[in-house]
Amino acid sequence: MQQRQSLFLNTSATLGFIFLYAPIIALIVYSFNKSKLVTVWGGWSLQWYSALFNNEQIMTAAWLSLKVAFISATVAVVLGTLAGFVLSRMGRFPGKLILSGWITAPLVMPEVITGLSLLLLFVAMEGTFGWPSGRGIGTIIIAHSTFCLAYVAVIVQSRLSAMDESLEEAAMDLGAKPFSLFFLVTLPLISPAIISGWLLSFTLSLDDLVIASFVSGPGNSTLPMVIFSKVRLGVTPEVNALATIMIGIVALGVVGAIWQMRRQNRMMNSID
Amino acid sequence: MNAPVSLNIPGQKPASGMGRLIYALRHLSIGRWTVISLPSLWLAVFFFVPFLVVFKISLAEPTISIPPYSSLLEWDPEESFATLKLNLGNYLYLFEDAFYLEAYLSSIRIAAVSTFFTLLVAFPMAYLIARSKSTTRILLLSLVILPFWTSFLLRVYAWMGFLKKNGLINEFLMTFGLIDQPLTMLQTDFAVYIGIVYTYLPFMVLPLYTALEKMDITLLEAAEDLGGRPLQNFFLITLPQAVPGIIAGCLLVFIPAVGEYVIPALLGGSDTLMIGKVLWDEFFLNRDWPMASAVATVMLIVLVLPIMLIRNTNSGKEAF
Repeated sequence: MQQRQSLFLNTSATLGFIFLYAPIIALIVYSFNKSKLVTVWGGWSLQWYSALFNNEQIMTAAWLSLKVAFISATVAVVLGTLAGFVLSRMGRFPGKLILSGWITAPLVMPEVITGLSLLLLFVAMEGTFGWPSGRGIGTIIIAHSTFCLAYVAVIVQSRLSAMDESLEEAAMDLGAKPFSLFFLVTLPLISPAIISGWLLSFTLSLDDLVIASFVSGPGNSTLPMVIFSKVRLGVTPEVNALATIMIGIVALGVVGAIWQMRRQNRMMNSID
Repeated sequence: MNAPVSLNIPGQKPASGMGRLIYALRHLSIGRWTVISLPSLWLAVFFFVPFLVVFKISLAEPTISIPPYSSLLEWDPEESFATLKLNLGNYLYLFEDAFYLEAYLSSIRIAAVSTFFTLLVAFPMAYLIARSKSTTRILLLSLVILPFWTSFLLRVYAWMGFLKKNGLINEFLMTFGLIDQPLTMLQTDFAVYIGIVYTYLPFMVLPLYTALEKMDITLLEAAEDLGGRPLQNFFLITLPQAVPGIIAGCLLVFIPAVGEYVIPALLGGSDTLMIGKVLWDEFFLNRDWPMASAVATVMLIVLVLPIMLIRNTNSGKEAF
């Protein structure tokens, strides 16, 4: 009985992992395909990689996306850390409930609504104040910072509320001013949350198609926008090559994170 | 995270004299207000005000101009008189035309069905991870998390190559003689279900794992000793303990799935109705900004507000 049960469990879980990885593996394998037809295997080749790097449209868009993701993640981390700190360490203040609502709302907001509402805001602002004049990289950065801010704030807030306040209190008792308290005590303590918040923001920004499509201007297509317009017409081997590179980078990052975690665990164990 | 829970409830006055002084200072400083107002102002301008703008434009009329909507206030220079023109036509049209109601209902149906199937696929995976040794556990967990960090768009795209007429699944089935004619799978609702289950699977596995990992395994052993059958044990012991994880996972999948645009656009057919796609088409294809705004406003009230209310209940708070 027990054995049959675990056989069923193992089979269905394995199928689940196959389901998760089969498309990714197929994508990677076919990025090395010599044949122009995506479904016909014509031997190994790196031609789609060279085609990818020679595709100026994709390269320009990738560079734009990286810039946007870098700046947005940084802005989101600064504002999100402040917001998370304000919510968990600043006590009561008028409007706290509203702020905590605004922090969590972007997490459940459909992207189409966020995109549309920000675009309409930018258009209305341009009509009233003359700023932002036109739409482009600046408006994409503002939009991405806004929705990433929420993720950072939630991560920082949960880290702060799980954390003992005694270190901060001790620093205060020893006469630390609020400014130095924050930068010398609180910030180092929450740095893991800040780093994961930055990485998450960077990924979310790099990946966003819907919001960027609404708020970007002509000639400012991000990488997902270019990919989307290409794959709408069908499967293209160049995109397979691009996907393989991106998956490779992420896999390296995940392996690095596990390695780091193991090392930390070992250090903790040796201290104990 | 084993950090002890802080006893200092935010907002509560510390008892010691020193603490009270700091508390008072914290409440007075200008720095404090700068710190509070910086993120608040940003969110007010770029998150809250946009909704007011959307609501305002949903009451306008579409015009052929830049921007393509009429202004609500009309200023008559001769009379020095302003008239407010509100157009409820967009909302009336939303309720009159069955298309929009169908799109709302169909998004909810598609999201609900996909969420259910995601749960079915994720449960054994989460259970296996929770029951495995700690070294395998880290490996399996990272296998679940890895796709989450890779591009969403590219993961949806990967299924296009799988599901299309001369795609891998059809080739595979035909080679083994299971079918004579290639199946039409791409551009159907079926493909949309697959896409949602696939892309949101990690969101379901992780909270389920968290719940199952906390489960008291001795209960299951006791039930087995007392002669409970596996199925009985599952429904009476495992499942109830997994409920918080199930709720959290279902919300994490259902909420983004309901407003999904990319998946129905790439995998769905022209008859796949989802409200996110309707809004997108209204805006980008019909260029009807007021109508798109009306769709967004109704979506906000009918879909997003209930979700936020659920989140504020106790089980919702636990879930997120």
